[in-house]
Amino acid sequence: MPESTPRTSGDTPSRSHWARRLLRNPNVAIGASVFLVLLTLAVLAGVLSPYDPKRLYPAQRLKPPSTQNILGTDEFGRDIASLVLHGGRVSLLVGSVTMVLTSVGGVVIGLLAGYNRRLDLVVMRVMDGLMAFPAILLAIALMAVRGPGVWNVIISLSVVYLPRTAMLIRSTVLSVRELDYVLAAQALGRGGFGISFRHILPNCMAPLLVQGTFIFAYAVLAEAILGFLGVGVPPYVASWGNVIASGKNVIREALWVSLFPGIALTLAGLSLNLLGDGLRDALDPRLRVQ
Amino acid sequence: MTTYLLRRLLALIPVMFVVVTIVFLLIHLIPGDPVAVILGPEANAQQIEDARRELGLDRPLPEQLLSFYARLLRGDLGRSYFLDRPVTQALLERAEPTLVLMTCALLVAVLIGVPSGIVAGAYHGSWWDRILMSAALLGVCIPGFWLSLNFIYLFSVRLGWLPVAGYASVFQDPVLAARYMVLPAISLGFNQSALIARIARSCMLEILRQDYIRTARAKGLAERSVVYLHAFRNALVPVVTVIGITMAILIGGAVVTEIVFNIPGLGRLIISAILRRDYPVVQGVVLVTAAAYLLINLIVDMVYAFIDPRIRYA
Repeated sequence: MPESTPRTSGDTPSRSHWARRLLRNPNVAIGASVFLVLLTLAVLAGVLSPYDPKRLYPAQRLKPPSTQNILGTDEFGRDIASLVLHGGRVSLLVGSVTMVLTSVGGVVIGLLAGYNRRLDLVVMRVMDGLMAFPAILLAIALMAVRGPGVWNVIISLSVVYLPRTAMLIRSTVLSVRELDYVLAAQALGRGGFGISFRHILPNCMAPLLVQGTFIFAYAVLAEAILGFLGVGVPPYVASWGNVIASGKNVIREALWVSLFPGIALTLAGLSLNLLGDGLRDALDPRLRVQ
Repeated sequence: MTTYLLRRLLALIPVMFVVVTIVFLLIHLIPGDPVAVILGPEANAQQIEDARRELGLDRPLPEQLLSFYARLLRGDLGRSYFLDRPVTQALLERAEPTLVLMTCALLVAVLIGVPSGIVAGAYHGSWWDRILMSAALLGVCIPGFWLSLNFIYLFSVRLGWLPVAGYASVFQDPVLAARYMVLPAISLGFNQSALIARIARSCMLEILRQDYIRTARAKGLAERSVVYLHAFRNALVPVVTVIGITMAILIGGAVVTEIVFNIPGLGRLIISAILRRDYPVVQGVVLVTAAAYLLINLIVDMVYAFIDPRIRYA
């Protein structure tokens, strides 16, 4: 595999070279394409949806897929295709914002903990404590006290997944800060913050991107689980989890209600996992599993 | 071994301290007045005042936290408003289905995951490897709760082989209990089997590159003996750790599976407690699962240290 030769320090490849190398990884190419299709569908949901996902058509309830409703209708006569398209918006919103919040929070906490021994002791015990809860149960508990809502889902999931990113950044900082060029920068009299941003942070970007992709995938799945359990976004909001939950009640007569949002959810998870695996292989050849 | 155990137990104390504090703080994250929210709109001012005093919410926060610790150390998790019994009793009543479900799912996950991973690793690059690993990738990505619904549709609604949902105690009617448990155990275990398979495969690949494997091959042992006698046994060591992680993930997954299959375990307890705003029960379930998670991790580390003595002295 000549394209995967690890970059040496003297070699500064151009941007296009970097992007092309990424896309040559089949996992990245497939994952990114499927994800882009889903993203486009979600962004254009308003234009593409044949019906208003909130409008009820009682006369059309539980219709199987047909030319009128290509994915069928649910127990209130809502069009499944429109529900799935609009649900994609919620999923991708929750996933992307959770990814951004955990990354920013993780970098701040990780840098502080990596640089300050005393702070490290306290912060890492809190992170250990948060990680002691099964992720989905902590999210459920936070939703229980905060109540349903898109932002509450985002905040709960960010709290749940923050420790993983913070731990990752901290361990990267701890390993990078002992490297020769960082010590050299220190010897040249650069301050702690200058070193953090100029020398340490760039080293955290690759693991952060990989971790962020996986957190995106977890958050999309967790959002659907919370919706399915009835503690996520409110029931009147079209989300994949909510539609699958309503499909559960009519599974005997109408499998299509839960089938299609589940396929969308699986595709989202699959594309993000492929992308994450591929990015890990492409950006950090050391982590590659033969 | 004893020193190692003691050291690990001591390390658990600060974590448990943080866990309890987080669980305690949950009730203070309720927007507005928690007591008014708990009692609902029908409560009058006097009832709210009484409840506030009973819950100790009229006292300063540090004092409340201290009494929360004191109560916990006596094994008192508070009282459920709705079920009208101590939370510990409610938890004990609901623990059996969750434990049975987790055990069965773990069995499924190990029985599918370990052999798939070992085979994929032993025949690295073969079609078996590719098929098994693609299946594992799909297994990691398919949402368990949605897989359950499809299983229900196929095996219960269409084929009529198994009941749609429900639970029977193994101790009362083992046959019925097994029939009820098949689908939940498979849907919960399937996701985890994919994770186990991936890890077992990479352990196997790692070990097959070791010097002693080369020696075994060099001395003319059949490939079968190399894989199954020399590599397989050593690959099992890290797999023990993964099984521990799996147990911990299964606690969370069991909550969702119980809702799909109407199993009266801890998961259904916490979800119905949320809908009734029965916060002591919510706190109790979360605290107990976190403690179980830590305990499982401790046991796994002990087993690991027992199998591989190098860990103890690290």
